[in-house]
Amino acid sequence: MRKRNFYIVSDGKLRRKENTIYFENAEGKRPIPINSIYSIYALGSLTITSQALNYLAREGICVHFFNRYGYYTGSFYPRESLISGDVVVKQAEHYLDREKRLYLAKAFVEGSIMNMARVLRRNGEDDTGVISALQGLENSESVEEVMGAEATARTEYYSKFDSMLSGMKFEKRSRQPPENEVNAMISFGNSLLYSAVLTEIYHTQLHPAVSYLHEPSERRFSLSLDLAEIFKPLLVDRLVISLVNKKMVGEGDFDEDFKGVLLSEKGRKKFLKAFNERLERTVKHRTLGRNVSYQRLIRLECYKLVKHILGVEKYRPFVMWW
Amino acid sequence: MIDEMYIRGVEVNYYFVCKTKLWLFSHNVSLEKESDLVKLGKLVHKEFYRKDRKDVRIGPIAIDVVRKGNELEIQEVKKAKSMEKADLFQMLYYLFYLSNLGIPARGRITYPKSREVVNVELDEKRLRDLEEILREIDGLKRGKMPKPVRKKHCRKCAYFEFCFAG
Ligand code: SF4
Repeated sequence: MRKRNFYIVSDGKLRRKENTIYFENAEGKRPIPINSIYSIYALGSLTITSQALNYLAREGICVHFFNRYGYYTGSFYPRESLISGDVVVKQAEHYLDREKRLYLAKAFVEGSIMNMARVLRRNGEDDTGVISALQGLENSESVEEVMGAEATARTEYYSKFDSMLSGMKFEKRSRQPPENEVNAMISFGNSLLYSAVLTEIYHTQLHPAVSYLHEPSERRFSLSLDLAEIFKPLLVDRLVISLVNKKMVGEGDFDEDFKGVLLSEKGRKKFLKAFNERLERTVKHRTLGRNVSYQRLIRLECYKLVKHILGVEKYRPFVMWW
Repeated sequence: MIDEMYIRGVEVNYYFVCKTKLWLFSHNVSLEKESDLVKLGKLVHKEFYRKDRKDVRIGPIAIDVVRKGNELEIQEVKKAKSMEKADLFQMLYYLFYLSNLGIPARGRITYPKSREVVNVELDEKRLRDLEEILREIDGLKRGKMPKPVRKKHCRKCAYFEFCFAG
């Protein structure tokens, strides 16, 4: 059975009966066979029985939780089943050694910048501003400077958004709260992406809390933030741009209140569907010679990182080739 | 002398199949899903030994053993003959292991596909070869991960994406 991501948007309860997880609410009872679940995104108000949680844990299924505004709140990250002492020790070594950490931090930002440039070019925009941030990156001597180079690139990048978008305004990046529709979508997309990356990390020997660009103390699963940087342009920004330009979101998809602008329940459903379609979209991989989904690309990135820390092959970040 | 307790039969097999695979496996860099081929192998196995089969675990080794008089017969079922040498030495390792425990045994590898049966015995020469191989496996495990080298069977290997995704 093909495994897929489940997005639970309405309120209800998850319980286990034999080899099946059931989602129940006032409207009825819907079975979800356990071996069809890759991960769960809980966006409604969800009650989960401990039997259901134990079962999900045994099967290594992550559950990501979002509050009713669509903000990520946390993940149920089951006890690790793939543990390799060698990998964890080496992962920490690459954090503790200044040069090694700097290499990885730079690599993540380089990937992020190259992918931003790709989004711009695909939309007929000039990418020289973004690309020139690579020089600053190159010269960076600390992780803070690396962060600075990434911020410079991102400012350049966002300055082109309004000319890539038709029908909705971006103006500038605003986070908490997002001040307009485009920002609301970017924020929501980024937290979905963070969760998706976390799921992939779970399926490898990498420890999710040992990171290089972000400080491990910053968030519990900071490695997920590191890797998400590389994939934001592909999995979030391009999605947002296409939803706006194809007029697939609009009236009724957003709520406005003191919290700023947020996707409405209807808007969230639309966005989730589009996001998942994007995760499942495939591309022919150049070295593997087979089709891999965008979601799988994240896993491959984890594998590359494992190989790097084991000293087999220098890590080069993923850059869109299409 | 190498403490052969810490070498698993399948590692002897992987020594012939791929050094990278051996290293990854022995450092617990396994992948969540077994490849379909591995599953198929298990299925063939089950079907073949529905009856009078004993799963025996001695130290790190799990094998199927059938008692034949005073001797034990270790049985292995293999899908294809393509990895004959790997299968042979995996079996020899089991025999070696048992003989170190003072248990006389012989081996039998069955290839249901080609309806072939290979009887295996541990002689002097093979013993020397095996000891050499065990020493090398020990060295490989202590060393760095060997760089993946693309081979014909890589495409069917569970580590394929790990090894070649750039
Ligand atoms: S993919 Fe090839 S190189 Fe990698 S472990 Fe498998 S057989 Fe070895």
